[in-house]
Amino acid sequence: MDILLQLIANGALLGGVFALISIGLTLIFGIVRVVNFAHGEFLMVGLYATWIMASQLGLHPYVAALPLAVVFFFLGALMQRAIIQPLMNADPHIQIFATVGIGTALANGALMLFSADLRSVDLPWARQATDLWGIASVSRGNLVAFFVSFAATGALIAFLNRTHLGRAIRAVAQNRYAAPLMGIDVNRIYAITFGIGTGCVGLAAAVLAPLYPAFPTVGSFFVLTAFVVVVLGGMGSLEGAVIGALIIGLVESLAGYYIAPDLKEVVYFAIFLGILIVRPAGLFGVRGNE
Amino acid sequence: MLRLENLRAGYGPVTVLQDVSLEVNAGEVVTIVGGNGAGKTTTLRAICGLIKPTGGRITVDGKDTARLSPPGIVDLGITMVPEGRQLFPFMTVRENLMLGAYKPAARARIEERMEEVLTLFPRVRERLTQLAGSLSGGEQQMVAIARGMMANPKLLMFDEPSLGLAPLIVKQVFGIVDRVVASGTTVLIVEQNIVHTLQIATRGYVLENGKVVMSDTGPALLKDPHVKRAYLGV
Repeated sequence: MDILLQLIANGALLGGVFALISIGLTLIFGIVRVVNFAHGEFLMVGLYATWIMASQLGLHPYVAALPLAVVFFFLGALMQRAIIQPLMNADPHIQIFATVGIGTALANGALMLFSADLRSVDLPWARQATDLWGIASVSRGNLVAFFVSFAATGALIAFLNRTHLGRAIRAVAQNRYAAPLMGIDVNRIYAITFGIGTGCVGLAAAVLAPLYPAFPTVGSFFVLTAFVVVVLGGMGSLEGAVIGALIIGLVESLAGYYIAPDLKEVVYFAIFLGILIVRPAGLFGVRGNE
Repeated sequence: MLRLENLRAGYGPVTVLQDVSLEVNAGEVVTIVGGNGAGKTTTLRAICGLIKPTGGRITVDGKDTARLSPPGIVDLGITMVPEGRQLFPFMTVRENLMLGAYKPAARARIEERMEEVLTLFPRVRERLTQLAGSLSGGEQQMVAIARGMMANPKLLMFDEPSLGLAPLIVKQVFGIVDRVVASGTTVLIVEQNIVHTLQIATRGYVLENGKVVMSDTGPALLKDPHVKRAYLGV
């Protein structure tokens, strides 16, 4: 029993990490309808940026989160304007080439600049265990990531549902033809949305930096799971992404212990395929809205 | 208010509008009559800035709109109720209406405007919390018109408001168009059901093969032998 509770706690916290990485991806996919294959590499850049800020400037990673999210917002918006926007009406394959190309360039750029060594942010506090009401023991850094991912998702959902700009963003996703007739500048919404999605990954990087080292291919380590989470949750659904992330986290944790660590991916992909057979649009996806 | 002078426009290499000149003055109800492919919808799309003219001029209160994007044209007070309703299906009716008042000028007094529009269309008020996509075709058309009114436009353009609706519902939609007209809004309407629109139109233009071939008051056009033969089949 003890071990089960511990595994569930571990799984939920891992799910929190996946959710944090996935919300930006699902937002960009849901609104701009571009699959950003460079998402994982953005995370990698963020991890390096946090490491540099921590080791060179002595900035606490959690303090670095805010400026990093802001800088990433502008980087994302800039990338959309400069690279994605000219391709918005092109064949989707071309957009894939572009984002994969950006990702590859970033990963190899990092390899050139920082070599393949692992760079860790030194924050022992985050790696220390804390006791959860005597039922499980988890690392503090993981707990922080878990709460940040819920707070960020909640804030994003409130922003999309309650604010004028948020409504305009959803309007663009639901009807690209009608949105400009309301006076909405669709291209501006694309840039802002890409910026927000990228800002989320900047925030994720700073929060995860004390837990995961930076290395040039760290992005691909996370991004496959992030894609599974996005599709599982229903493409473009933020709530779905969080639930999907929790499912994947729990499955990984439980299957890794009860079945075999090597087989945990087999188990979650089997569940992934099973869910898609029953609900092709994903858990929270709306048919026709994908 | 709105003036089109020798407008040419089309899609890529295809020129649809050869030579369209028309004007809409404040307080008027103007209609464009024409067969399929004559260029009625293309004319409205050009006015909205959705397609760029390749020749001629569009002016709103004397201001050339050639360099303006669709949102810029909404800023000038021109709003379109597009063909096929084009609501935001996964949003509530209220949210759809709020988006109609997206521009800062309309947003500033969104609450009062919402009240005015809902007074004009009581049926829409009953549906405020429902998802727009869950409504019937006729109700969606009402919401689309109400959404257009939310912008408090100087000119409201209708593109085929009765298209795809059952005859009984078409009657209701025309009732709503009449209410918009009665509220003093200037209207430019494209509609296949020309009998009703020509009856309420102060003026009408007949568009054939991308050219204006005739223009007169609505009732006069309705009596015109050419119009009768070509569009009413009598």
